[in-house]
Amino acid sequence: MKVRFWGTRGSIPVALTAPQIRAKLIAAFTRAIGQRLDNAERITQFVDHELGFDIAGTFGGHSSCVQIEAAPPHSAEHLICDMGSGARPLGQEMISRFGVAGGQTYHVFMSHLHWDHIMGFPFFTPAYIPGNRIVIHGCHAELEHAFRRQQAAPSFPVEFTQLAANIEFDTLRAGETRDIAGFRVTPKKQLHGGDSYGYRFERDGKVVIYTTDSEHKLDNAEERDGFADFFRDADMVIFDAMYSLADAISVKADWGHSSNIVGVELCQLAGARRFCMFHHEPASDDSAIASLLVETRRFEEITREGAPLEVLTAYDGLEVVL
Amino acid sequence: MELQSRRASTAIVISPNGRLDQEHADSFKQALDPYLIECKAGGAPLVLDFSAVSYISSVGLRALMLAARQVKAQGGRIVVAALTPIVREVFEISRFNLVFAVFADVDAALTSLATQA
Repeated sequence: MKVRFWGTRGSIPVALTAPQIRAKLIAAFTRAIGQRLDNAERITQFVDHELGFDIAGTFGGHSSCVQIEAAPPHSAEHLICDMGSGARPLGQEMISRFGVAGGQTYHVFMSHLHWDHIMGFPFFTPAYIPGNRIVIHGCHAELEHAFRRQQAAPSFPVEFTQLAANIEFDTLRAGETRDIAGFRVTPKKQLHGGDSYGYRFERDGKVVIYTTDSEHKLDNAEERDGFADFFRDADMVIFDAMYSLADAISVKADWGHSSNIVGVELCQLAGARRFCMFHHEPASDDSAIASLLVETRRFEEITREGAPLEVLTAYDGLEVVL
Repeated sequence: MELQSRRASTAIVISPNGRLDQEHADSFKQALDPYLIECKAGGAPLVLDFSAVSYISSVGLRALMLAARQVKAQGGRIVVAALTPIVREVFEISRFNLVFAVFADVDAALTSLATQA
């Protein structure tokens, strides 16, 4: 199983600015002082292994969109979590891989219907290609309404009815496991404004949890144990770690998001193998996200009692093979 | 959890011990409650001496946040002092060091509180 991240930013897409790129270049050239970078191979080695990712790359700015691929990956059925702005480059990749002949089926699992999680759909090119099938799964009663409304005038120039693909809506129920495209899929209700739903995907002995826009209140042991069971033995938990714990339980309490600390604790309780921080705070720059990763790895280290929990942070373009 | 307490200068120093985690956070908060009720404007501030606290989890930090919120609403003051290295790291990673008054040791906390009195 492979997980591919197309959009990892929370709440609203962000883009690097010219001053930020300039700062990265200055940092890179400063670190290159005294290095013997006189051919492409040495430069590549320097960029890939000596510059940090926060300088050499970027965690990216598209809003939530994650693809889960079974092995072998080139089947005609595809799984996608959320339709944030990352759905646009995902759609382009699908067109370049499969062409415009149609015949592909896309299963989309919606955490919830807030703007940042649906905004990429009007730009998801496979939706415009006859012969493609798109099944939008979710637990909200307003699922279809939300997708149709965002393309209605005056918000968008192309009406939903003009999409050429065959588009279906499938209402799921929290706690009920369904077999979809070879995956066992179980939704779980989460605490977020208007509710959100996490998903447990199981296939070929591998488990991926997609749990974003989910606040954990900490005072309810039953709720904590429920999430630990939901995450149980997962190969990877993709987790909303948007805020610091201090913010999440004080000034940003009831805003519907969680922290790196609570994520690590829940994953440790669940015996999960990987913890992937997701839905990054829009105000966080690459340096802040890189620091958060270092700190979270340290937190995992000092709280570890059993097997190590691998700590990752998602970025647009990250691929993880499970 | 039994809390040791002592009067020091104009403050009350309270000394929890062990782990403030899922298992012990509630009893810590319950043991702290009588002190919190009395911590009002014009009353003795509270210094939590964490030198014997070996670990604090998210649930323990939440108990601390609730305590601080209650005391602030009453016009009182509560600070933390003498964090062990591991607890200090947890405070920093969770950013509690940015929202909670933390002192290197109890004497530093008492000096600061006396200055602000």
